[in-house]
Amino acid sequence: MTTASPTIDRPVSPQHKFVQRLLRGDQIAHLITLIFASAIILVTALLFFELFRSSALTRQKFGFSFLMTTTWDPVALEFGALPFIYGTLVTSALALIIGVPLGLGAAVFLAELAPPRVSDGLAFLIELLAAVPSVIYGLLAIFTLIPLLRDYIAPVLRSTLGFLPFFQGPSYGVGLLAAGTVLAIMILPFIISISREVLLAVPREQREASLALGATRWETASHVVVPYAKAGIIGSIFLALARALGETMAVTMVIGNDPKINASLFAPGYSIAAVIANEFSEATSDIYISALIELGLVLFCITIAVNAIARLLILATTRKSTAHS
Amino acid sequence: MISRRTRRKITNFVMFAMTGLCAAVAVSVLFFILGYLLWQGGRTLNWQFFTQLPAPVGETGGGFANAIIGSAKLLLLASLIGVPIGFLGGVYLAEFGGTTWAFIVRYTTDLLNGVPSIVMGIFAYALIVLPMKHFSTFAGGVALGVMMIPIAVRSTEEFLRAVPNSLREGALALGATKWRAIATVVIPAAMRGIITGIMLDVARVAGETAPLLFTAFNNRFSSPGWNQPTSSLPVMIFTYAIAPYEDWHRQAWAAGLVLLSLVLVTNIAARFILRRQSLVLRG
Repeated sequence: MTTASPTIDRPVSPQHKFVQRLLRGDQIAHLITLIFASAIILVTALLFFELFRSSALTRQKFGFSFLMTTTWDPVALEFGALPFIYGTLVTSALALIIGVPLGLGAAVFLAELAPPRVSDGLAFLIELLAAVPSVIYGLLAIFTLIPLLRDYIAPVLRSTLGFLPFFQGPSYGVGLLAAGTVLAIMILPFIISISREVLLAVPREQREASLALGATRWETASHVVVPYAKAGIIGSIFLALARALGETMAVTMVIGNDPKINASLFAPGYSIAAVIANEFSEATSDIYISALIELGLVLFCITIAVNAIARLLILATTRKSTAHS
Repeated sequence: MISRRTRRKITNFVMFAMTGLCAAVAVSVLFFILGYLLWQGGRTLNWQFFTQLPAPVGETGGGFANAIIGSAKLLLLASLIGVPIGFLGGVYLAEFGGTTWAFIVRYTTDLLNGVPSIVMGIFAYALIVLPMKHFSTFAGGVALGVMMIPIAVRSTEEFLRAVPNSLREGALALGATKWRAIATVVIPAAMRGIITGIMLDVARVAGETAPLLFTAFNNRFSSPGWNQPTSSLPVMIFTYAIAPYEDWHRQAWAAGLVLLSLVLVTNIAARFILRRQSLVLRG
C-alpha cells in the first residue's frame, strides 16, 4: 500500500506541466537535434559571412572593376579576375559539350534499354567512378591525357578544324582543352547517375502506353520518357555544371596556369579555383589574400546559384512522379 | 526501298548500340584508371612506403609514413566534427522536423554539399589559420569536418526514414516516450546503414586535396600533436605529381594507388553491406 505520491497532491500549473514534459525528455531531444540541424544553416551563413568579410579590402579598392579587368599582377598589387572567370567558364562549357551527350546517352541506355541486371551492375561501376578523388584524375591526366592531346589529338583538330579560332596555335598539351576534357570525364558519373534515377522515376504506365501503341523501345525512350523527365535531366546537368565550375585539383594540374585570355583552346589558361589553390599559401600581402578570397566569394556565389536551380528542378520532377504513381 | 517498319527497327537497334557505347566509354574510364594505377603504382609500392619519411630532394627511396598518419589524424578530427552534427541533424530531419524548417535545413544541406572544396579551405583559413597565425592539423580537420556534414545528414535521414513505422508505434504503444523509442528502437534498427553512410562519407573526404592546401599545408617530417602543419596523402600526391623529378612521380603513383584502393574498397564494402544503390550521389 502506497500513500498518494506528492506529485498528485500538488496543484498542476501550466509551467509545471511543461517542466514535466521536459523531464520526460522528448522536448530536450527535440531541442538538441534542432540545435544541431540549425547549426548546418549557421555554418553555411558563417561561410558566406567569412568570405564577404575577409574580402573587404579588394571589394572597397576595386569594386566591380575587379570582375572586369584582365591584369593580375600581385607585385604591382593590381588584381583583375576576368582571365580566371573566362577560364572557369570556358572549361566548364567544354566539359558540358563533351560530357552531356555521352552522359545522357549512357543514362538512357541504363534506364530504358539495357536489361535490369546489366543496368544495376554498370550503374554501380559508374558510382565508383564518382568516388575517385579528383587529385587522382589530375595525376592520370598529367601523364596520359596531356601527351595524347599534344601528340595526336591537337594535330588532327588543327588540320581539320584549324580555320576556327579555337583550334589554332601550338599545343603544349596543358591548356583549356585538357582541362575541359578532364572535367567532362569527372562530371560524367553525376550526369549518368542522377539522370538515370530521374528516368527510373517516370511512371511505368507512360512506357506501357507508348509500347502498346506500337512504338519501339527507342521511340518510347526518346518521345515519352525523356520529355517526361526533362526538368530532372536539366537539373542533373546543372548539378554537373556546379561540380565543373568548382573543381580544383584536376584542373590546376592540367590547365597550364597562365592568366591570359586566349581564344584558342590549345592555349594555357587559368581558372578561379586553380589560382586560389596555387597562390593562396604564397600570398604575402593582405590585399593579395583579400583578392584571392574575393575570387572564392565569386565562385561560392556562382556555384550556390547553379546548385539552387539544380535542386529545385530535380525536386520538381521527382515530386511530379511520386504524385502520379 | 526499305519499309517504314524496317527503318524504325534499324533506328532502334542503332540507338541501342550508340547509347550502349556511351555507357561503355564511361565504365571503361574506371577500368583504365584502376589498371593504370595498378601498373604504375604497383611497381613502386613497397614496405618502405608505409614506414619511412620522405627522402630529401635528390635522394631516391623514402616513404609517405608521415602523410599516412597525417591523413588518419585529419580524418579522425573531421569525423569528430562532422559526425555529431550530421547524425543529430539527420535525426531531427527524420524524426522531429516539421515541414517548413525541415525543408530549409534539407535545402541548405544540399547547397552546402555543392560548395566547392577549395572554398571550404578558405573558410577554415579565415576561421582558424588567420586568428592562430599558422597552418595546423586542426584547421585541416575543421575544413574536412564541415565537408562531411551534408552527406552524414542526408544518409542518416534516409536510413531512419527506411525504418518501418510499425516499429515506432510498437515502442510508443509499450509506453516508451518518443525519445526513448527513437534512441532504443529506431536508431539501432538503422545503425548498420548509418555507419555505412558515415564510412562512405569519410572515404569521400579522404581524397580531398584542395581544402588542405592552406589549412593543414604540408610537412616533410612527422607532425606531433594537432597544432602544426601536417602532410596528408592527397596533398603529397599533388606535390609529387607536379614536381620535375622522376622518382617523385613514381612515389605519387604509389600513393595514388593506396588512396584509390582505400576509397574503392570502402565503396565496394558498403555496397555489400547494404545491397542497395545510389548512396554516394544522394547527398
